[in-house]
Amino acid sequence: MMAAGAVVTPYSVSPALMDVLQVTILVLVAAGSTAVVLTRTPVRQVIMLSGYGLLLAILFMAFQAPDVTLSELTVGAVALPLLLLLALAKVRRREK
Amino acid sequence: MSPRLRLWLFLAGMAGLAACYLWGVGGLPGFGRYPGPYGDIINRISVGQTNATGVVSAVNFEYRGFDTVGEEFILFAAAAGVATVLRHLRGERERPARDEAADRVVPPTSGAIRLVTLVLAGPVVLLGWYLASHAQTSPSGGFQGGVVLATAFILIYLAGQFLAFERFSPADVADAVEAVGAGGFAAVGVAAVAMGLPYLTNFLGLGSKPGALSSSGTIALISFFVGLEVAAAFVLMISELLDQTLLVRREG
Repeated sequence: MMAAGAVVTPYSVSPALMDVLQVTILVLVAAGSTAVVLTRTPVRQVIMLSGYGLLLAILFMAFQAPDVTLSELTVGAVALPLLLLLALAKVRRREK
Repeated sequence: MSPRLRLWLFLAGMAGLAACYLWGVGGLPGFGRYPGPYGDIINRISVGQTNATGVVSAVNFEYRGFDTVGEEFILFAAAAGVATVLRHLRGERERPARDEAADRVVPPTSGAIRLVTLVLAGPVVLLGWYLASHAQTSPSGGFQGGVVLATAFILIYLAGQFLAFERFSPADVADAVEAVGAGGFAAVGVAAVAMGLPYLTNFLGLGSKPGALSSSGTIALISFFVGLEVAAAFVLMISELLDQTLLVRREG
């Protein structure tokens, strides 16, 4: 799956290994997104979403986009779940 | 509408969607085959033109810097929106940050959480600062660095007290820093105009060595302002939500 004429560096891994990595993480992301949708309790769903953000970050890393990995790691896995949890806490308090 | 008819309508819609989707996927370039000329051109010329080895930052803050100004102000407007929506309304008042039920024992923050978060807070600040200030040399940039900086404040909140969080990140200071960050980015652009150059032209010295910390001219400067803006925007949004959740009560 690697583009033709890929640059070889001391950190290069074999294309076959990259293929395995990329396919594995794609399958994990597909499974993760399905799991987030199938989780019905809001708080649990937020935690699942955070884990899914982590998977996406690894996906971006495996596809050679380290800067997007950093954004996804902080926004998707930390900031967004935190904002959602705070909103849920507020709603729950008002219901009482 | 009968359930049967609704099902048929749904199936017809799904069939149409699936057909269009497959048609679209069929027209995509092959996996890893990049068809356009721009990426290849940028990869070839950008280090020579900007002395920035962080090519993504060079694209974000130089080649399409005008786009990034727009994105910057999207975040600015979003944070301002959160602050506006969550302002104190009539009939709401603040209560001291203590538990509602006086007879209930509030479990204290566990020692493990407190230790881990306090140990992490310093390194996280360092990492955020490193990312925001090294956009020109390595894959990083103001946005990533800013969000990482903001998570340091979240750690302080987790480690102990909401009030300590408030003391470390007063809303007024976050407001001011956010404005300086967003305004600074725009001002770098206007400064170029004042010198008779097109908006956001890289008017600073590029340095002699590609990838050095002092290289890339305005790219590093803009990344710094973006870092300020993003960190302050996130701290502001989170502290507004914490206020809402923990302090503001509706009367009656």
